[in-house]
Amino acid sequence: MTYEQVKQIVLDIISEIAPDEDLSDVKPEVPLRDQLDLDSMDFLDIVMELRKKHSIEVPEADYPRLASLDSCAEYLQPKFAK
Amino acid sequence: MNHNDRIVITGIGLTAPNGNTLADFRQALLTGQPNIQRIDMRYIGPVLAGVCDFDPFIYQKRKEVRNGTRAGSIAIYCAHEAVKDSAINWEAVDRDRVGVYLGITEHGNVETENEVYNISKFDYDTKYWTHHHNPRTVANNPAGEVTINLNITGPHYTIGAACAAGNAGLIQAAQMLRLREVDYALAGGVSESCQTFGIFAGFKSQGALAEHETPNKASRPFDMDRNGIVVSEGGCIYFIERLETALARGANIIAEIAGYCMNSDAQDAVLPYPKRQAECMQKALKQANMKPSDIDIVNTHATSTPQGDEQECEAIRAVFKDSPHTYINNTKSFIGHAMGAAGALELAGNIPAFKDNLVHPTINVDKLDPKCEMPNLVINEPRKLPEVKTILNNSFGMLGINSVLIIKKYSA
Repeated sequence: MTYEQVKQIVLDIISEIAPDEDLSDVKPEVPLRDQLDLDSMDFLDIVMELRKKHSIEVPEADYPRLASLDSCAEYLQPKFAK
Repeated sequence: MNHNDRIVITGIGLTAPNGNTLADFRQALLTGQPNIQRIDMRYIGPVLAGVCDFDPFIYQKRKEVRNGTRAGSIAIYCAHEAVKDSAINWEAVDRDRVGVYLGITEHGNVETENEVYNISKFDYDTKYWTHHHNPRTVANNPAGEVTINLNITGPHYTIGAACAAGNAGLIQAAQMLRLREVDYALAGGVSESCQTFGIFAGFKSQGALAEHETPNKASRPFDMDRNGIVVSEGGCIYFIERLETALARGANIIAEIAGYCMNSDAQDAVLPYPKRQAECMQKALKQANMKPSDIDIVNTHATSTPQGDEQECEAIRAVFKDSPHTYINNTKSFIGHAMGAAGALELAGNIPAFKDNLVHPTINVDKLDPKCEMPNLVINEPRKLPEVKTILNNSFGMLGINSVLIIKKYSA
């Protein structure tokens, strides 16, 4: 799976949990919380959806790795590859 | 009683299965328009229910609706409508002096059942249990969602009072206003109960769940063929304040709270007890400094169960035996049993009588049960009175909880 595909998966999850957000111009290098109205509960939703839909576990210590789309891709791509 | 102790209603917001504004709700009650439908309930199959169709997105973002509860959305809708109806300059109100007091029959069943169902898809592994569960199921949830949405920093809580809860919310608010704990209150009751299979299954096991081939005929208090409760959702929230505050801002005073009482049967978990119901009405009358014959409308609690209706009639006959000008009706025949919202919603459906002097009827009485005969029971057609000045509202619930609220037309 490519970085771009991983980013799209994350964006698809965000579109479900934060349906009011405009995701058409999310900058991959900028922290998600700096450009979208996301709180800590929303990040837990992202973690839950990765678990439910993709059987991917994100340990609490790794939550900061989900900060931006770029960091999500870098962190999650190996997990999707397993 | 001085102006500070007199408590008045200055705004009403509601959603019922047959109306999302008081005007529409009243119109439906006067023109015989119930709205009960058959819905598909998880594990059970088709059941009869009263479902509201208000638009939650008027006052909430999509994420708020997704993360919150149905009861929260109902409460937010009703609270906004009540504030709007009060015509208060909301932006100028000190939100620290606003209290939110909402009656609930139960809360958390819907959300818990949904999560159990959710983890059943994952072999009951609890790591799939949502982190939203606790904020959704804490008992103060619907009132708390209102405070977050309307930026209210005064007190909020729910009053768990079974099906007596709608009146209980208003009573609590009146007490807090008299204690000067708050200057304004958003008070009433809410229910999301038609989304929990447990309530339907429980009533079914109890032999108390209504069934009828025509859904709108299923809720039929006092009729010979009544066979149980139609579970409904709904909400009704009042904007209430001390008379002095209302007069100072030139508010439209819709009604005044004249008296109330809550008591307990101390008898049985589910069976009603007419003696204590009658005492509750009598104590409310005493607090209102009224005689039974001073009451123009008694809005009954009757839920369309064989025994419950009969016993409330016994209590009413005992209290109003010498009240030839007191008229009796029932709102559940239109909307089913809106549980925690029932008392507040049913009272609201009668309040326009202060202007139009009409008693809305009890519908679906095709053959009156002789055990439910009461003088002046208004059946199937509205009844015009010379003037309606007082309404007594009954709401009773499981574990033997009774609430009676009396309101009167405002007069200086």
